[in-house]
Amino acid sequence: MNKNRPVNLDISTISLPVTAIISILHRISGVILFAVVALLLWALHTSLASEEGFAQVGQVFGHPIAKIVLWGSLAALAYHLVAGVRHLIMDAGVGESLEGGRMGAKIVAVVAVILIALAGVWVW
Amino acid sequence: MVTAVTSFGRSGLYDWLIQRVSAVVLAAYTLFMVAYLVLNPDLTYTQWQGLFDQLWMRIFSFVTLISIVAHAWIGLWSVLTDYLTSRMMGGKAVVLRVLAQVCLGVVAVTYTIWGIEILWGL
Repeated sequence: MNKNRPVNLDISTISLPVTAIISILHRISGVILFAVVALLLWALHTSLASEEGFAQVGQVFGHPIAKIVLWGSLAALAYHLVAGVRHLIMDAGVGESLEGGRMGAKIVAVVAVILIALAGVWVW
Repeated sequence: MVTAVTSFGRSGLYDWLIQRVSAVVLAAYTLFMVAYLVLNPDLTYTQWQGLFDQLWMRIFSFVTLISIVAHAWIGLWSVLTDYLTSRMMGGKAVVLRVLAQVCLGVVAVTYTIWGIEILWGL
């Protein structure tokens, strides 16, 4: 095999500006959400199975620790959604410059913090 | 590039488009669910069951589940092929990555079938 083929940049040695932080959090929240789907399927399954199941799900989500898990899941969802919308906006050609990218990343951070706070108000 | 054989749409352009289309579906379902639950704080079992009793809701939920699986496969494939590489982990990287993708596939199939069972009670 040709040893001089082009390779990816070594991402373990790259510094993290605001755009990169927004990007890595998008990835982390995405991985978390894939696991959260199991929780949501359990909740949907149990809540639709019977009246008792429905009450049980309500009871489980009323538990203090479950509320933290629920808020964490909603936080990951809100963040992932906002960061994803940024991608769609950039696909449309808006905010593609270096400055635009930095500005977009900051907007994502602010909007996500607001939504995550609102999710906390909703859960508690 | 060898890793491309495990990508979802078998081409970057397909993956890019599938990722966008599934994202729009997931955003729509999220907004619908949040709005529904916020507008119905005293939700009853009858109401909840009635919502999922309707065909459009079952189809909407199923399309969302398929979107989750496709979206997660493309997203996690990108993550795995970025981090589980020989450059980062040495010679074992390919084995580890394939193992991780097999697990990912098992979970994806489980989610899909579980979802069908919930929605249509097979």
